[in-house]
Parts: sequence; structure tokens; C-alpha cells
Amino acid sequence: MSASNTTTITSIGAPNRRNTELALLVFAVLIPVFAYANVGLAKNGSVPAGLLGYGVGLGLLAAVAHLLVRKFAPYADPLMLPIATLLNGLGLVLIWRLDQEPSLGAAMAPKQLMWSTVGVLLFIGVLVFLKDHRILQRYTYISMVLALALLVAPVFFPGVNGAKIWVTLPGIGSLQPGEFAKIVITVFFAGYLMVKRDALALASRRFMGLYLPRGRDLGPILVIWGISLLILVFETDLGTSLLFFGLFVIMLYVATERTSWIVFGLLLSAGGAVFVSTFEHHVKERVDNWLHPLALAPNGGVTETAQAMYAFGSGGIFGSGLGQGYSRLILGIAPKSDYILATVGEELGLAGLMAVLLLYGLLTERGIRTALAARDPFGKLLAIGLSGAFALQVFVVAGGVTGLIPLTGMTMPFMAQGGSSVIANWALVAILMRISDTARRPAPSPAPSPDAEATQVVRTQ
Amino acid sequence: MNKPLRRVAVFCGLLVLALLLRVNYVQFVQADQLSNDTHNRRVAINQYAQPRGDIVVDGKAVTGHTETNGSDFKYKRTYTDGPMWAPVTGHASQAYGTSFLEGVEDKFLTGDDDRLFFNRTIDLLTGKQRQGGNVVTTLNAKAQTAAFKGLGDKKGAVVALDPRTGAILAMASTPSYDPSGIAGYSNTDEKNWVALDKKNDPDDPSLNRALRQTYPPGSTFKLVTAAAALESGKVTDVDASTTSPDPYTLPGTTVPLKNEGHIQCKDTSLRNALRQSCNTVFGKLGVDVGLKGMVDEAEKFGFNKEQLIPVRADASNFDTKMSPDQVAQSSIGQFDTAATPLQMAMVASAIANNGVLMQPYEVDKLVAPNLSTISQTDPKELSKPLSPENAQKLQSMMETVVNDGTGKNAKIPGVRVGGKTGTAQHGINNDKAPYAWFVSYAMTDQGSPVAVAVVVEDGAANRDDISGGGLAAPIAQSVMEAVLNK
Repeated sequence: MSASNTTTITSIGAPNRRNTELALLVFAVLIPVFAYANVGLAKNGSVPAGLLGYGVGLGLLAAVAHLLVRKFAPYADPLMLPIATLLNGLGLVLIWRLDQEPSLGAAMAPKQLMWSTVGVLLFIGVLVFLKDHRILQRYTYISMVLALALLVAPVFFPGVNGAKIWVTLPGIGSLQPGEFAKIVITVFFAGYLMVKRDALALASRRFMGLYLPRGRDLGPILVIWGISLLILVFETDLGTSLLFFGLFVIMLYVATERTSWIVFGLLLSAGGAVFVSTFEHHVKERVDNWLHPLALAPNGGVTETAQAMYAFGSGGIFGSGLGQGYSRLILGIAPKSDYILATVGEELGLAGLMAVLLLYGLLTERGIRTALAARDPFGKLLAIGLSGAFALQVFVVAGGVTGLIPLTGMTMPFMAQGGSSVIANWALVAILMRISDTARRPAPSPAPSPDAEATQVVRTQ
Repeated sequence: MNKPLRRVAVFCGLLVLALLLRVNYVQFVQADQLSNDTHNRRVAINQYAQPRGDIVVDGKAVTGHTETNGSDFKYKRTYTDGPMWAPVTGHASQAYGTSFLEGVEDKFLTGDDDRLFFNRTIDLLTGKQRQGGNVVTTLNAKAQTAAFKGLGDKKGAVVALDPRTGAILAMASTPSYDPSGIAGYSNTDEKNWVALDKKNDPDDPSLNRALRQTYPPGSTFKLVTAAAALESGKVTDVDASTTSPDPYTLPGTTVPLKNEGHIQCKDTSLRNALRQSCNTVFGKLGVDVGLKGMVDEAEKFGFNKEQLIPVRADASNFDTKMSPDQVAQSSIGQFDTAATPLQMAMVASAIANNGVLMQPYEVDKLVAPNLSTISQTDPKELSKPLSPENAQKLQSMMETVVNDGTGKNAKIPGVRVGGKTGTAQHGINNDKAPYAWFVSYAMTDQGSPVAVAVVVEDGAANRDDISGGGLAAPIAQSVMEAVLNK
């Protein structure tokens, strides 16, 4: 660094790494294409007829997304798009593979491909139309209302499989507003906390070693969070409640930099967990299943939880190979949505499952890196909120399916069958990429300094 | 805000780490247990993904297979003469697991056994479908047919052994069932399976009475008491008079032990006591030998121990703690004494084999799909309950029973046949129809090729007609004839 350089802002920023992204994207498309061929060969002994269409389709989506990233977010993180593409591509292959089992209901892969396309279009839309993520800050309170509306909506629709998390729109199908609420509520938290964070962190009374904030600062956020939790408990959507709660604690902690929030949060969550598991039959049942995963169902049959454990165990280290497992033993639509990881575990083995989990981990850490690099507090909070929500969702789903924690019934981002989930997660990645583009974009060159010219400083860079 | 951000990053990293540890635990540490869990349907899918090997009797398979459609399981087990062979083969069912030889040798039959590793590897390299090995049994089809037909509609069991080796020649149990009917996964199979349940069929056709049911052995147990008396030296001359009263008052009580029917048992010889089946003589002999001597002798014959042939047979019982009056009752096969038909066949075979009891077995050899022998069972001595001299004394007494006593129905012209009848009373106050027993052996110049135990429990028969000699001896005779090829 030149001694005369009076500013830390230089015109030489991080390299934009768009070519890295392109190279990775090639792999992200090729791997699912090979996997697709693999399934066809294993199931029918021939390369599936749709291979070309599938490959071209996925490749085209990736290419268009990549080109538009080059144009509209040239400095965005280069790993996010390839990871999302790979996960989505693998998910499509697995769903198509499970479609081959007639016992698992109608074919879902074509629909999922359509929803993925919509997701990528939304991804592009966000990058094109959201020039700067700080614009979202303006919609803090609108987000609050929208998040509440999204959360309340399913109450007016009949529940599916014990959870009221669906909205049925005639002609379009079912939507899971919770997936979108996740993003919208993060926007609200980020906007609100950015404004109130000093008040929350400093204007507080000390009580039993904890700093308690003033009610008027914490009030609105606590109310929103409380209402959303109540609604979710009423809808018996545990996973999303847990996700929202974790999101809330993480964002408060980051905004205020006070560890006491974590203690506060953990206490609240412990209380909530005990309360819910005592009064909710649905939840109690899931806790029982978690404690005794291999116990037989009351009618003497094997439970879904046990079937998933058997799938994992039978997969072993290297798996049975794509198309050669028996995920169909987990009946219903579950293998394509909640339990899709069981198929990964059985057919790709421990090796494949760890690779997939690491991909999720990598995507999360790229998001957190974006939060670190972001220069504005709103961007930081938004990025950490979105990454945290993503990480929690992955943990809750994967932990639930593998029996680490009680099953809560959320979808594995990008992989699981379900339109709302795929679309919402593409939007989430788009916002993260927009923030990272802003964060990594080199600042404009400083105005030429007359002094520097006069003294003929030799730039060493 | 960067410090908490870094901490959150670490936290998220820990979440991923926790997931990684968990999947390693499930898919590596627990993998074997989960993938072999009995409720994991993949086990059965794998089991029936290729034809099972066969169970072979006299060079012919008594099992087979058909291909099935529309189920996870490709091949289904079929059985030839299922009900007759069920006590030997057991069943291999897509829905209900395996039993008996199908269960014990399951891994070999599916080709999953480590000893078939070489064959499996060759099949893998040549691209051939994996094949299961065959289990060659020691059974004799003619003897089995004679036993099964002899039992007919009656409830009971037959076990025939080759006393020289311990090889099982016949093992029948009636009523029986057809394992083909429960081999599949269909609704019919389920109906058949439910019907087999003891709750729905009091006759319990899936019970292997030859191995898994113990009966009071009644008078046939007098053979063991006689052996104990000879071995302990209480009796040396089987034709000499014994000092025994009629009736015999059970020691320590005032209860008289009487004889059935009008027979002269007072002070009679051991030979005559066995011929007429005198309760008084053997009750007193048991007391004279004492509890320890009786237990030792019974255990040398195989009592109080499960037998693995390699299918498990229930342990027969002779109590090890009894008062003298209980010993007296036990010595005539009553009180708590209970024996499987296999056990009584072992008693007869040890006597016929000059005092040497051979380990009973029903698998002659295991052969790989390419017909090479993987393992061969060598006859093994289990114990020596009797000295050869005493065994021969007992033989001559048993031959008297057949030639001139209660076992006349077992006579085979031109062959030395020894036997002992038994009519075991049971139920409270002996109110149920007694079990009819007959144990016997046939002897040729090359030693004894066959010893048989037959038990018939026929509640429908008239009580007065039931006797070992009347109901059971003809069955034993036909089985021995089948082995002797008469």
C-alpha cells in the first residue's frame, strides 16, 4: 500500500470472478445430467429419452441466469448460483427417479421443472429490478403487514397431513406462504433493527445480569414475532416456528451485539418447546417418533421414521446407486418432499449425503461472508437473516429426517418437491447475490488529488 | 457488527458439523444394524431377489420356486408335499420370515453365506445371477412317508434316527400345514397365516411336535429307569427276582402306587416288569437308584438340554430336585417328566447302538450351486449312557416286549425288533385322553439301522382303546420296515 494513498478505498476491487462462476456452472449442470443418465441406465438399461431436453433445459436456465448476473450483478459471489443450480438439478433428478416408482403417486418432475424455471425467472427478476438492496429498507412496515398476511392466510384453508400451511389457489395449485414469509419477515426485522439497534443495545435496564430493553423499542418486534409464533402453533407448523424464532434471535444478537439476547432467546425457546410439546398431540407424537425411531406403529406396521432410518442404514457408505434403492418403501408423497434426503442417503450413500450437506453449508457460509463484507448495517442484517434462515431450515429438515432432532416437516431448500419452496429459495439467493454484488463492487475511484499530482507520487500498485 | 457475525458463522458451521456427525453415525456406525433389521423390508427383498437353494431329500428337492409379478419379491418358495415335509423344511415366507431348516440355513439358501463368497465372486465376474446353495438332508423319503401316512388324521409325531450315526431318517408331525400357502405376500397368504395361528386353530398345525412339544413319556421312560438300575448295579441279572411289593407305597407317604390292569408284578424280574410295564417295580427301582443316579442317567440320554439338530429342539425335562415319592413317579414317566419325541428316539437309539448315543442331525451336507460340497456333517458321539453289556441286556428285554409283551404290533418277521409301549396319563386327575407312545428299534447283522419314537395324542379316540401297542406301534413298525426296505 502506498504511503501517500490517503484513502482505504481503491479503484482496484475484488476480481469479479464471473469466469469462475461459469466454470463451476458447467459442473453444476453436467453432474445432474450424468445423474439423470445414471438413473435411466439403472432402471431401464437405457439412456432416458428426455436426457437431451433435460440437459439443454437446465443448461439454458443456468446460462441465462449467468449472463444476466454478468450484466446486472457482475461482482456478485461466484459460488451461490452454481451451488443453487447443482442442488436444484440434483433435486429434479431425484424427483424424476422417484416418479419411476408407480406407488409414489403422480409424476412430479415436470411440474418441479416448471417451478424451478419460475424460480430462476424470479432470481433474474430480482437481480434486474432490485438495483440496490437498500431499496427494501423503505418497505420495512409494508413487509411487516405482508408477512403477517402470508402467515395468517393458511388458517382459512383446510389443513393437509396435520399441518395448516397451505393456501389453495384455483388454477394455480397449492402455495406454502410460509416459505415467502421467511424472506419478507427478514426484510422487516433487518429494517426495524437497523433503526432501533442502538436503542435496543444501550437504552436498557440491567436485570439479573441481563440487559432488558425498553418496551417501546422491543415492543413491535416482539409482537410480530409472538403473533407469528401463535399463528404457526395454531397451524401446527413447528418447523417454521422454530425457523422464525431462530431467525429472530440471530438477528437481534447481530444487531445489538449483546450475548444476553441469546440467553434470553434460549430461555424463551425452551419454555415454548415444553409448552408446545405438552399441549400439542401432533408434536408429542413427533417427539415420541424421534425418541423411538424404530418403534412399530400402533397397527403393527413400520413407521415412516423407521423406513427413513432403514433407507439411510441400507445406503451405507457408498449407497446402492441412483435408481437402485427402495425409497418407495416410504409411502406417499413424503419421499419426494420431506424425506428426499433419505433417497440421497440410500442411493448416494454417506459420501453423497455428506457432499450434499456440505453444499448447503457452503452456500450458508457464502451468505454469511456476504454479511461480513456488506458495508451497510441493513445489508449486513438482511444477509445474515437470510443466510441464518437458510441454515436453520437445512438443519431442521436434515436433522429431522436423519433423527437428530424431532421431525418438523419443512422442505429441503432447492431439492424437495414443492413450488413455493423452490421459488422462494431462488429469490433468497438472488437477494444475497445482490447484497454481495454491492459489497464486492469496487468503490468509484477517488477524485484525483491535486497534491498527489504535484509531488509526482509513484503508485506502487 | 462483525464480531457477532463471525460467531453466527461458527454457529452455522456447528449446525452443519452436527448434521455430518449424525449422518456418519446413522450410515456408518448404525448401518449394519439398520440394514439387517428384521422390519427393514430390503432384507426380504434381497432374500427373494434370486431363487433360493433347495432342501434335498434322497437326491430330490422337496422345495422349489416360482417367479412372482407385481411385488417387491421376485421369487416365491414352493414346496412338494408341503405338509409332510413342513416339520423338516419349515417355511420361507416373503411376509412372515423363515423357520426350521429354511431359517437355520437361510444365509446358505439365499447364497449370502460367507462360505459361498468364492462362488458369489465368480458369479459376479461372469455376470451370472447369484444363486443359493442346497441343503442335503439325512431324511429318508420312504420312512417319512410311512410316518406321515401312519399318523394320518391323528394328532402326533414320529422321529426316526439311525442309531449308528444319529442321522434323522424321519420327522413327521400332524396335523401339519402346507408352507406353500404362506410363502407369498398376497391376501391369500395372509389368510392362511392367520388361520394357522394357535388362537384360530386349536390343533396348532404349525407346531413341530417332534421337536417343540414335550409330552409325559409314560412307561417308555421305564427304559431310562432300567438303564439307571443296570448302570448303578442295583440290578445285574435281568431275569432274577426283584424285591418289590405290589402295590408299592410311595416313600414318605401313604399313597399306594398301583399297576394298570391285572398283572402280576410282585417280586418279578426286570425283564418281566418291562414286558408287562409294571409301575411298582420301576417306581421302586427309581427310588433305589436315587435322585442323583436317575438325573445323571436321564441327562446322559439328553434330558434337561436343548438339542440343536441344527434346528433347535426343546429341552426334555427330568426334575433335578425331588422328594423320593416324586422320584418314584418320575421314574415311571409321570410327575414333571416330559420328553420330546426326538428325546425318546434318542433313548431307543442309544440302547440299540450298544450304549453309545450319537448326536442327532438332519443336515447331511451343504452343497454350493455348482454342486461342490461346502460342508459335511460328521457323526458325533454325544455320550455313553450305557455300557455295551448293559445295553445288550436292555436290548434283549426290549425284544421280549415285542415278541411276548405289550409291543406285539411292532413285530417284523425275520428282524430283531425291540420296543416299549407307553400310555401317558395327563390332565387334572388324568381326565384327558392319554398319549400313546411307542419307542423301538430294529436290528440287523450290521447293527441297528433305525430307532423310532411315535407319540399319538388322539383326544377323539375311545380311552380304553388307547395304548402304545395299539395306536403307536403299527406306525413305528411301518417306519422301520420302510428303512429296512421290506
